[in-house]
Amino acid sequence: MSKRIDVNNLNVYYSNFLAVEDVSLSIEPKSVTAFIGPSGCGKSTFLRTLNRMHEVIPGARVEGEVLMDGVNLYADSVDPVTVRRHVGMVFQRPNPFPTMSIAENVLAGVKLNNKRISRSDADDLVESSLRGANLWEEVKDRLDKPGSSLSGGQQQRLCIARAIAIKPDVLLMDEPCSALDPISTLAIEDLIQELKNDYTIVIVTHNMQQAARVSDRTAFFNIAGTGKPGKLIEMNDTPTMFSTPSEKATEDYISGRFG
Amino acid sequence: MTTTQQSPETEPASDYGTHPGAAANHFFKWLSTGAGLLILITLAAVATFLLEEAWPAISLSAAELGEKVSFIKPEDGQSLLEIVGFLVYGTVLISVIALLLATPVSIGIALFISHFAPRRLAQGLGYLIDLLAAVPSVVYGLWGVAVLVPFLQPFYQWLADYFGWIPIFAAPESGEVFTGRVALSAGIVLAIMVIPIISAVSREVFLQTPKLHEEAALAMGATRWEMIRMAVFPFGRSGMIGATMLGLGRALGETMAVLMIISPGLTFSPYILQPNQHNTIAAYIALQFPEANALGVNSLIAMGLALFVITLLVNMLARWVVSRRSEFSGAN
Repeated sequence: MSKRIDVNNLNVYYSNFLAVEDVSLSIEPKSVTAFIGPSGCGKSTFLRTLNRMHEVIPGARVEGEVLMDGVNLYADSVDPVTVRRHVGMVFQRPNPFPTMSIAENVLAGVKLNNKRISRSDADDLVESSLRGANLWEEVKDRLDKPGSSLSGGQQQRLCIARAIAIKPDVLLMDEPCSALDPISTLAIEDLIQELKNDYTIVIVTHNMQQAARVSDRTAFFNIAGTGKPGKLIEMNDTPTMFSTPSEKATEDYISGRFG
Repeated sequence: MTTTQQSPETEPASDYGTHPGAAANHFFKWLSTGAGLLILITLAAVATFLLEEAWPAISLSAAELGEKVSFIKPEDGQSLLEIVGFLVYGTVLISVIALLLATPVSIGIALFISHFAPRRLAQGLGYLIDLLAAVPSVVYGLWGVAVLVPFLQPFYQWLADYFGWIPIFAAPESGEVFTGRVALSAGIVLAIMVIPIISAVSREVFLQTPKLHEEAALAMGATRWEMIRMAVFPFGRSGMIGATMLGLGRALGETMAVLMIISPGLTFSPYILQPNQHNTIAAYIALQFPEANALGVNSLIAMGLALFVITLLVNMLARWVVSRRSEFSGAN
């Protein structure tokens, strides 16, 4: 269910603009890896290369390789659509489909993969996914109501339920709590701890406390200046990163001296 | 100023009374309210006019009206009411043919421009579509008669030969589809006329789809087409209905193209490949108006009233369809 990711010498371009330069790192299965860094340093862009979502933007391309259990996601024979069915994603702002009910939202991805699913299987999957996202107790009596009727935090957990319903190998989270209040944030962070048992999780966050709380390993990205490419400065176990980072820039950033 | 502690320089209250821009704000409020009212007044005026002018014809008995108006022949089953019936049927039939043909094509064009075409091509195509909407209907009519109808004739013959067993495609009694100036031709030309409208509006609606929802679908492993079905169509549903209704509005009221193409007739026949079967309200009015006497004009206005009512009903129906699932709409 969970896979390891090895990134080798990855460059990300928007047309001719080099956005992220020469990133090499490894992400362990069944762990939480946090990407931190100032705005515009390319951490979200880099995250999106892990499920080829950056390709949605015209002109975006990469050089280098992303290996998922040894399979290069950028090999010619690999279809980005298939990649995304194995690498789920949760976005900054909760984005349940407004025209679908809560249950339909959970099943949206499953219906893509497997058009025919029996009624009882579907019901079971809705329940297990919503339980997995700690949302079941709150919504079990109104599964046929629109997903947009939920609060922001509930919507975000609905999006997580939707992502885990297709049983991905890896779950990417792009600042999943930045639009949420502290209580909802706590609920998501607790959830991340539970999801770690089954999935490889990569989370981008602006909140360093959050990175310290939820992640096993932390990667710090930085940018030399406007128009320059973002780079991976340092990656290490989270406690080490936050106590004794080896790079000066990392220490400056986590101690709040800039960024 | 009831407080005992007064600041040294107390400003008079009038200084807080007004501000520059207040007058302009007031003026704009009345201007926009007036514009809003104007549309209501216009609508009421049109409805009143139609009712008032149609009344002399409506209030007369069928026989009496038949004596005084040349084109109303109650003895041949063409009283005012019956003619209105035939025309309403013809109008709706031809408009429905037009919409059935135009809607899928328009949605396809709009999707291609909004989601498939490279950006530069999309822009050019967009302009082109807008230009098509500006072609006058007389030109479409001429083109229909001179180019399209002759071109379609062999196809009609083929349709009648092989699919004649389906009632609507039955050939005329002679067995040969020789004129091509039939309801289907009028429907096809109307379809071409409404495609620019429907596709221009749908394109705008599709472009408004929130990136958030498109990415949600793509990130789950949806293909482009699956993403369009999950995110774009549900979001644009009411917009597409609105676009289709705008198209239907033009198709219902179109005069010249239909007048020039169709061999008119007054029947309830389902045979869209046979001439002298159908006509539309607008084309009929244009046909009869130049030679109509006073009461004849009143009768024609009564037909116009019928067209007005149909259009109103169509719009109300569209509203109802759009509002039925508003709880689930993208607007939330």
